Amino acid sequence: MTSHPRFAHTPLPEAGRRRPVVVIGAGPVGLTCAIDLATRGVPVVVLDDDDTVATGSRAICWAKRTLEIWDRLGVGSRMVEKGVTWSVGRVFHGDQELYRFDLLPESGHRRPAFVNLQQYYVEEYLIARAADFPDLISLRWKHEVAGLTQSAEGVRLDVATPDGAYVLDAEWVLAADGARSPTRTRMGLPFPGQRFEERFLIADVRMKADFPTERLFWFEPTFHAGQSALLHRQPDDVFRIDFQLGPEADPDLERTPERVMPRVRAVVGEDTPVTLEWCSVYSFRCARLERFVHGRVVFVGDSAHVVSPFGARGGNGGIQDADNLCWKLALVLAGEAPESLIATYDEERGRGADENILNSSRTTNFMTPKTKAERHLRDGVLDLAAEAPFARALLNAGRLSRPCSLAGLSLQTPDPVPQAAGPRPGDPCVDAPVVDAAGQAGWLLDRLGGPFTLLVFAGPEAPDLGRLPGLVPGLRCVVVAGRPMTVPGAEVLRDAEGVAGLRYGAQPGSGPAYLIRPDAHVAARFAEVDAEQVAEALARASGRSGTAVQEAA
Amino acid sequence: MTALPRQGDGFAGRADDVYESLIRAHQSLSDEESAALNARLVLILAHEVGDPEVLAQAIALARRSLRLDGAEPAQP
Repeated sequence: MTSHPRFAHTPLPEAGRRRPVVVIGAGPVGLTCAIDLATRGVPVVVLDDDDTVATGSRAICWAKRTLEIWDRLGVGSRMVEKGVTWSVGRVFHGDQELYRFDLLPESGHRRPAFVNLQQYYVEEYLIARAADFPDLISLRWKHEVAGLTQSAEGVRLDVATPDGAYVLDAEWVLAADGARSPTRTRMGLPFPGQRFEERFLIADVRMKADFPTERLFWFEPTFHAGQSALLHRQPDDVFRIDFQLGPEADPDLERTPERVMPRVRAVVGEDTPVTLEWCSVYSFRCARLERFVHGRVVFVGDSAHVVSPFGARGGNGGIQDADNLCWKLALVLAGEAPESLIATYDEERGRGADENILNSSRTTNFMTPKTKAERHLRDGVLDLAAEAPFARALLNAGRLSRPCSLAGLSLQTPDPVPQAAGPRPGDPCVDAPVVDAAGQAGWLLDRLGGPFTLLVFAGPEAPDLGRLPGLVPGLRCVVVAGRPMTVPGAEVLRDAEGVAGLRYGAQPGSGPAYLIRPDAHVAARFAEVDAEQVAEALARASGRSGTAVQEAA
Repeated sequence: MTALPRQGDGFAGRADDVYESLIRAHQSLSDEESAALNARLVLILAHEVGDPEVLAQAIALARRSLRLDGAEPAQP
């Protein structure tokens, strides 16, 4: 087993004043929340009932969007450097390859479609990053929440530690305490959903093997009597093999090495030296809280919603929760947005959770046909897929995590006239290579996200930002231009390869402008810069006007 | 010119919706009823296709993919 760091338990803190934000749970989602808030100057206390990182590799597939969020938080490169980069998946039926797919077939993106990285590394790197904010992040190990009460001013937590108990008052509490969330239980919140009877075995094994760095998925594999198997490469010569066992499998029996190793040997051969790192027998459900915001307690990640692992939508969905919530919370705490802005977290990430649950349920249904009719349809798709491309579209071996579009939701300003090209209001921004004023090659996404940003694509002449600085003081402006130019009050990036203009629908002669949210989703887009329109869209995107969603509390 | 079955993505990016609607169509039916439903669906969809040439090719593809004894296995 890999040895994990242990952190000294945190001594009893002195009684203090009310904290703006307390995060319960130092997993990937809770830690991402803490770092995001700290980058916005918000002090955070993180409570964790344990004193180490995840046991076992657990979540391993981190999507492009997650890496881009971690880039914004200054920890993306470390994840990518250690992680195993991949973008190709291959699907087999028995030993016949049905097809391969490439999740990122174009270049001009800083980040790949996915990296595989054990959850314990992710947590370790996030913890190290959190330590860069000693004045803002207080990470408290072996501090377990024992009670929670809400009042008009906020939330009171009773915290138990090895040295005794204390009381911690918070304006907001983020429950990032996982799929079995004690906070959810404590508050008596139902967690409705669909339970799947099928059991799966995860075996993480260490070996020197020449499997390609691709996602390999087998229906009815020749090496395993079950319905399917999945193989992923991780760092340190660790491979994840996921075996479908059927609904009758005995979890206690199947996780014994005597049962696991023969299954592994059947995949890797008798001659490859192999050691078992971690294994787990699991079944799963797709479920979500009806609402993610309950007064001043906000649920993020697995505590709010759970899905099957096929599609890597659990961990990546949770990181998108953090990305969506933290800028809103920071604005509300700074008094720059009304508290009702937090209700849009429920609206927007509720859509994300529904999308993830739908996709993950469909994959599971495809993998586990329950009636003869379903079985005939599934087998028909598999048999047709080798010859007929249309059947490959029906074949479902996992619909891998993609960022959720927030199009049509309250904070976004609809296009006054429909535009075909470029990301729509609500879509996440796409990356592109750019060159900064110093001639340094970089990436567009590095200049978006953080604060609200107006992204302007210049025509041949430098754009006139007009009354913008007066009307919307402090709004960051980024101009992307085909040639070097100077625009007062804006950073100019050169679109040396023309890729940025292409991806954002810029036409020669005139360029569109985009209002970008702090989480790098498009809030609004304009045919040209009009200060009044930008100001209106900004007010709407920060919850100060426009269609208000129903108060979630 | 011989008509060909549809090339490209005839589901317009909504293949998963289509598959789910087919699964749902069989909900709470017995095996016998499911087979009967499938026969009716085939008749309706054959009428939607209309062109006997296209239908003949669809039938040939379906039979090939059954991998019956003595028949050639489906070739990619």
